[in-house]
Amino acid sequence: MFRNVCCAVALATAAVPASAQDAELSKLREALRQLQEEVRQLEKRLEDAERRPPAAPPPAPAAARAAGSSAFNPDISLILQGTAARSSRDPNTYQISGFAPSGGEVAPAPRGFNLGESELVIASNVDPYFRGQLAAALTPENELEVEEAFFQTLALGRGFTLKGGRFLSGIGYQNEIHQHAWDFQDAPLAYKAFLGGRLNDDGVQLRWLAPTDLFVELGAELGRGRTFPGTDRNRNGANSWSAFGHVGGDIGASTAWRSGLSYLRTSPQDRAFTDLDVTQSFSGTSRLWIADFVLKWSPQGDPSVTNFKLQGEYFRRRESGTLAFDQTLSDGYASRQSGWYAQAVYQFMPRWRAGYRHDRLEHGTVANDLGLTAQDAPLLLTDYNPTRNSAMLDWSPTEFSRWRLQYAVDKSRVGVTDNQLLLQYILSLGAHGAHQF
Amino acid sequence: MRILLAGLLVTAATPALAALNIVACEPEWGALAKEIGGEQARIYVATTALQDPHRIEARPSLIARARSADLMVCTGAELEIGWVPLLQTQSGNGKIQAGQPGFFEAASVVPLLERPARIDRSLGDVHPAGNPHIHLDPRNIERVAAALEERMAQLDPGQAGHYQEQEKRFLGRWREATARWEKQAQPLKGLPVIVHHKNLSYLIAWLGMREVGTLEPKPGLPPSGAQLNELLQMQKRAPASAVLRAAYNDPRPSEWLAGQAGIPAVMLPFTVGGTDGAKDLFSLYEDTLTRLLSLTK
Repeated sequence: MFRNVCCAVALATAAVPASAQDAELSKLREALRQLQEEVRQLEKRLEDAERRPPAAPPPAPAAARAAGSSAFNPDISLILQGTAARSSRDPNTYQISGFAPSGGEVAPAPRGFNLGESELVIASNVDPYFRGQLAAALTPENELEVEEAFFQTLALGRGFTLKGGRFLSGIGYQNEIHQHAWDFQDAPLAYKAFLGGRLNDDGVQLRWLAPTDLFVELGAELGRGRTFPGTDRNRNGANSWSAFGHVGGDIGASTAWRSGLSYLRTSPQDRAFTDLDVTQSFSGTSRLWIADFVLKWSPQGDPSVTNFKLQGEYFRRRESGTLAFDQTLSDGYASRQSGWYAQAVYQFMPRWRAGYRHDRLEHGTVANDLGLTAQDAPLLLTDYNPTRNSAMLDWSPTEFSRWRLQYAVDKSRVGVTDNQLLLQYILSLGAHGAHQF
Repeated sequence: MRILLAGLLVTAATPALAALNIVACEPEWGALAKEIGGEQARIYVATTALQDPHRIEARPSLIARARSADLMVCTGAELEIGWVPLLQTQSGNGKIQAGQPGFFEAASVVPLLERPARIDRSLGDVHPAGNPHIHLDPRNIERVAAALEERMAQLDPGQAGHYQEQEKRFLGRWREATARWEKQAQPLKGLPVIVHHKNLSYLIAWLGMREVGTLEPKPGLPPSGAQLNELLQMQKRAPASAVLRAAYNDPRPSEWLAGQAGIPAVMLPFTVGGTDGAKDLFSLYEDTLTRLLSLTK
C-alpha cells in the first residue's frame, strides 16, 4: 500500500514541470498530505486488526457430521496384536497338573513370532431402547470367532439393564475385561483352570444398580452352559446360571475400589478329556465361587503421570457327580479345589508401567469311588499346587498403542519349570470404545 | 449384610430434597448449574480441577451417581469419550442417554475453535469437532448458561420461573464482570505465550494473547525433550513471555522450560477449584486474570 502511494507521489512530482505555478504546487502538496494521512490511518487499522482476537467463528452447523447415510455407521474398532516368544518347555504340551483340562485357549504363547487374535468390535445404539455390539476375533489360524454379540437395553430405567446374546459374563473382575486391556499377556492361572480363560456364554443377563451413592450392583445370568465348566447339552432351558454382586466407591480423591462376590453353577454332561490315552468324563454339578477386589490409586485422581493398580481374585470350586473312566467304569466323584492370583501394576512415569503377578492353585481334595490313583489318572489326581510368577514392563506411546515385555516362571506342570519370555504389541485402530474400570 | 440392606432401604426411601439431581462432568459446569439452579438443584461434580478430563475412568462411584441423575451436564465434543459413554450404558438410567434431554453437552451451543482440517491419529489425540476446552471465554459461559437454563426448565417445569430468574441475575452480574475483565486485561493483548496443552485456546483468543508454542509435541502426547529443546531454540528468534499450564498439567516440563528460557511459568486454575482463589466462576476468572496480569508488571 505504502509503495503504491510513493509511486503515485513520484509520478505526480515528475509530471509537474519545474515552472509550475505555486497554486498547482500547493494543490499537489495538499494531495500528498491527504495521501500520507490515509496511509497512516490504514496502517493503524491494520495494526488494530492484528491485535484484536480473531472474531468468533460462526456456530458450526449442528448437522455437520450427520451428512448422508454413512453418519449412521456404527463405531468400528480394530485391535491388532502379536507376540514374539521363547519358552523353555513346549507350549503344545502345556497342562495344569491336578486340574481337569478346561478345553479353552490356555497354553502360553507359541514359540517364535506369532500373530495374536485380531479383534474387530462394531458397536452402536440400535434405537432409543437398545444398543448392540459385536466383537469378533480373527484367529491366527484364519478362523473367525464370535467372542461377543449382544444387545443391551438403554431405557429400562430404575437402574435395570438387560443384556442378551453372547457376552463376557459379569462374574469376577477380569472376566468382563477384553483381552487387549489386560495388564499381562495371558490370563491368570485360576481363570485358565476354572473358566478356560474366561466365560462368554450364550444367554441373558439382568443387572440392577442400587440408587445409592455407594456403588452397589446385583446381577444374574441364565446361560446355555456351552463352555467349561459346563458342556453344550441338547436340552431345553438353561444349563448354567450365575449371580454376582459388586460394591465400590472412592476413598478420597485419589483412590477408587471395587469388590465383588460371584457364583456360577453349571451341570456338565460327559465333560471329557484324555489322559494317558484313556478318556475320562465327568457328569454332575459344578459350583464356582469367586471373590474379587480391585483398587486403583493415582495422585489426586489424575493417572496421567503416575498411577497404581492392585487386583486380586480368589476362586473356589466344588464338583460332584460321576466320573466315567475308559468308557467302561463309572462311579462317584467329588472335588474341592481353589486358586487365586494377585497382581500390582505401577505407572512410574508417563507411558511406562511395571507389573508383577503371583498365581497359585490348590489341588485340594479330589475323591473318586473308582479306586483310581495318581498312577491311573495323573492329570486329575496328582496332588500338586501349580504356581507362576510373572513380571512385565510396558510402554504405551499413546493410549492407542502398547508394547510389552513379559517374563514368567511357570510351574503349572508338576516337576517342570517353564521360563517364558515374550514381547507383545497391542494396537488399537478406529473408534476405540472406552475401557471399563 | 442386614445392615447394608437396611441402609439401602433407608436411602431408597428418603425422598430427594432437591428437585433436580445434576451430575456435572467438570467443575465449571457444576458451578454454572449451581448459579442457575440455586437451592433447587443437587449437584455432584464428577471430576476435580486437578484431574485431566480426558483421562477419567468410569469409576464405580461415578456410575452410582449417574444412576440417579436427572441431568448430566458435560462438555461434549468428545472430551469425555473415554468415560461418559460407559456411565451411560452402565448406569441403567434412560434419562441421561445421548439424545435425551437429560444429557446436556455444552460444546453443542458454542462455536468451536481449532476444528482440524484432517482427522488422523498420527496428528495426536485430535478432537474432530474442534477444541472442547470452551469455558475460559466468558461469552461461551453466557451461551451455555442460556441453553442450560432452558434445559433445566424443560426437565423441571415447576421451577422454570426460578431458573429463569436465577439465570437473569447471573447473566447481569456476568456481563458486568466480563466488561470489567476485558478492560483490566488490555495490557495482555498480543502477549506471546507457550502453553502445555491446547486447553487455554479460548482464553488466549478472548484476551487477544498469542500462542506461540505447545509443550506437547502433538495434542495428548506428553512433552518430549526434543520438543522442549525446539521451543528453547525458538525463544531466541521469537521469545515468548511465559509458559502457561492448567492446574492439572504436570508442572515439571513448564518449569524446566521456564527456568532454561528465563521466563515465568504460570499455573492457571483452569477451572473452579484449581487454586484456592478459584471458588466459583467469577473468582475463577479473577484469579486467572490476576495471575496473567502479574506478567505485565
